[in-house]
Amino acid sequence: MSEKETPPNENWVFPKWHNKIPLIFFGVIGPVVTITAIAGVWYYFSPKFTDVGYTPEQPVPYSHRLHAGELGLDCRYCHTGVEKASSARVPPTQTCMNCHSQIKTDSPKLRLVRESWIENKPIEWVKIHKTPDYAYFEHSAHIQAGVGCESCHGRIDQMVEVGLAEPLNMGWCLDCHREPENHLRPKSEVTTMGYTDAQRTEFLATAEGKAAKESVNPPQHCSGCHR
Amino acid sequence: MSDTNDIYQKDSIFPPPLVSGKHDFHSITETICGVVEKPFNINWLLAIGFSSTFLLMLGASIGYLFWEGTGIWGLNNPVGWGWAIVNFVFWVGIGHAGTLISAVLFLFRQKWRTAINRFAEAMTIFAVICALVFPGIHVGRVWAAYWMLPIPNQMAMWPNFRSPLLWDVFAVSTYFTVSLLFWYVGLVPDLATLRDRAKNKIAFWAYGILSLGWRGANRHWQNYERAYMLLAGLATPLVLSVHTIVSFDFAVSVIPGWHTTIFPPYFVAGAIFSGFAMVLTLAIPCRKLFGLEDFITLRHIENMNKVILVTGTLVGYAYAMEFFIAWYSGAPYEGFAFINRAFGPYWWAYLTMVSCNVISPQFFWSKRLRTNLTVTFILSIFVNIGMWFERFVITMSLHRDFLPSSWDYYTPTIFDVSLLLGSFGLFFTLFILFLKFLPAVAISEVKGVMPQADPHWEGYAQKEAH
Repeated sequence: MSEKETPPNENWVFPKWHNKIPLIFFGVIGPVVTITAIAGVWYYFSPKFTDVGYTPEQPVPYSHRLHAGELGLDCRYCHTGVEKASSARVPPTQTCMNCHSQIKTDSPKLRLVRESWIENKPIEWVKIHKTPDYAYFEHSAHIQAGVGCESCHGRIDQMVEVGLAEPLNMGWCLDCHREPENHLRPKSEVTTMGYTDAQRTEFLATAEGKAAKESVNPPQHCSGCHR
Repeated sequence: MSDTNDIYQKDSIFPPPLVSGKHDFHSITETICGVVEKPFNINWLLAIGFSSTFLLMLGASIGYLFWEGTGIWGLNNPVGWGWAIVNFVFWVGIGHAGTLISAVLFLFRQKWRTAINRFAEAMTIFAVICALVFPGIHVGRVWAAYWMLPIPNQMAMWPNFRSPLLWDVFAVSTYFTVSLLFWYVGLVPDLATLRDRAKNKIAFWAYGILSLGWRGANRHWQNYERAYMLLAGLATPLVLSVHTIVSFDFAVSVIPGWHTTIFPPYFVAGAIFSGFAMVLTLAIPCRKLFGLEDFITLRHIENMNKVILVTGTLVGYAYAMEFFIAWYSGAPYEGFAFINRAFGPYWWAYLTMVSCNVISPQFFWSKRLRTNLTVTFILSIFVNIGMWFERFVITMSLHRDFLPSSWDYYTPTIFDVSLLLGSFGLFFTLFILFLKFLPAVAISEVKGVMPQADPHWEGYAQKEAH
C-alpha cells in the first residue's frame, strides 16, 4: 500500500495519541486516585477520626477537672469497681451526696442530683467509653497489671466534660497487648495523672518493674477478648 | 456441511482434518462471525430468558440469605460445611478443562485445541465467577467478606496465613485474573475482525475499543504470539495448583476421610474430568445450533472423550486407593469414615458418584460410543452429576464425627437448591451472552491450522500451474 492511499478502515483503528492512554491512566490517574482513596479511607474512616473527641452533654455538669484535678479526689472514691470488677462503675447519687449533703447544698447545678436522691431515681449519665458486646473487657485485670487509668482515658484531671481520648478500636487494644511494657507503672501509681515516660523507664529498671514486665502477658488470640 | 461420520469409516492411518467441509479463510470468517452478526433469533431469546430466570432466582436467594443469614441452609452441628463448599469446588473444577485446553495443549502443540479453546476458556471464566459467588456469600456477615483479603484495617487483624482457606482466596483470584487475561489476549485479533465487519455504530465502537487498535501488522502478531505464549506458561501451573489448593481446604484439616495425601492429584484429575464433561455438554448443542460442525468435528469430540476416559479412570483409581489406605493405615476412624461413606446413610450419594464417575466413562473404550454424539452428550451430563456428588460425598464426611451423640443427617433446604440452580442460571446466562457477542471459535487460530496456512501446501503449486 502506498503512503498516500488511505486504508479503508483508518477510522476504525486508534489514532496515535491513544498510545498515551496507558501512560496517563497507569502513570498518573491510577496512582493519584488510588493514593487519594487509600489516604482518605485511612484518615476519615479510622476511629481516630470518627470516635475520638466524642463529648456528649451530661445531665449534670460534673467537672472532672474540679473534682479529680483541683480537689485531688482519688478515681476509686467514685469508680469503686475498677480494682475488682469488669466494670469501673458509675457512682450512684448517694456517692455524690456523701459530700453534697454538706457542701453547695443549694447550687442550681446540683438540682438534678438532689432530685434524684429524693425521688430515689438514678441520674441518666451518658456512656462515653463503649466496648462492643462481643469484646470482653475487664477493668480489674488491667489495674492489677499496672496499667494506668490515663493510658485509656487520657488526662481526666484536665477535662471539664469528659470526652473520648483514645480510639478504643481493636488495633489500638492490640498495640498495648503486644507491647504492654509501654504502659505499665507501679500499682501505687495507677491513678496518677501525668505519669512521664522517664518515670516509667526508671520503674521498669527496678526489680518490681522487671517482675511486672515478665509477668504481664496480655492475650493476643481471638478468644482473649471475643469469648 | 459434510457428514463427518464418513471420516471414520475410512481406514486411514492419518487423523481426519481439523476443519472438515470445503472451507477457505473467508468462509471460516463468515461462518464464525455470522453467529454474532445475525439478528437475534427466537431460540437464543428463549435460551437467555430461561437462564436469566434462574439468575433472578440466584439474586433473590442471595438477597434472602443476606437478610436472614446462613440459618436458611440445611447446615447443622456436625455438618458445618454444606452445599456452599460443594458448589464452590464443583464450579472451580469445571474451569480447569478450559485452562488445560487453552494453555497446556497450546504448549504441547496440540492443534485440535484451536476449535474449542475459545469457549472452553469462556466456560472457565464463567465457572470461576460462579465459584466465587459461594465463598462470598457463605460468610454469613457479608459486610465482613473483605476479611478474606489481607487488607490493612483498624482491627490490626490479618487473615490466618496458615489457613488453606486463605491460600484458596489467592489461588482462585490468581486463576481468575490469569484466565481472564489469557482469554482476552486471544480474543484481540478476532475482535478486530468483528470491528472491521461491524455494520452499526455501537458494535463498531465496542469492538473497536476492545480490539485495542489491532491492525494485523507483523509487529502486532509478533507481540501477540509472545504475550500468548507467556500467558500460556503462566496459566499452565495453575491447572495443577488451583485445585491442589482447593483440595487443601479438606486435606489440611484433621477430619477422617479428608486428611489424605492423595487429595491434590485426585482433585486435579477430577477437575479436568468434570471440566471436559462440561465442555462437551456445551459444545454438542452449540455446534449444532450455530452450525459449527465443521470446526468442532467428531475428531475433537473423540479427543475430549479420551481425556474423560483417562481422568475418569484416574478418579476411579483414587476412590479405590482411598479405601485401600483407610484399611492399610489401620486407623479405625479413617476406616469407619470410608465404610460409612459407602454403606452409611449417604450410600445413595456414594453410589451415584461411583456409577457416574467410574462406570460411565468406561463406555468410551469403544470407538463407536465415543464418536456417538448422543451417547457422549448423555454421558457428559452423567459425569457432571457424578462430580457434583463427589464433592457432596466428601463434604458429608462430617455428618458422623468423633462424637456419636452429635451425629446428624444433612438435608438441604429449598434455598440450598435454589442457590445451586441459580448458579447454573448465572453460568448459562453469561455463556449465552458470550455466544451472541463474541466469536465462539478462535477465527485466527483455526485459520492457522488449515492446510492453506502451511507454506508447503500443495494447493499453491496447483494454483501456479493453472
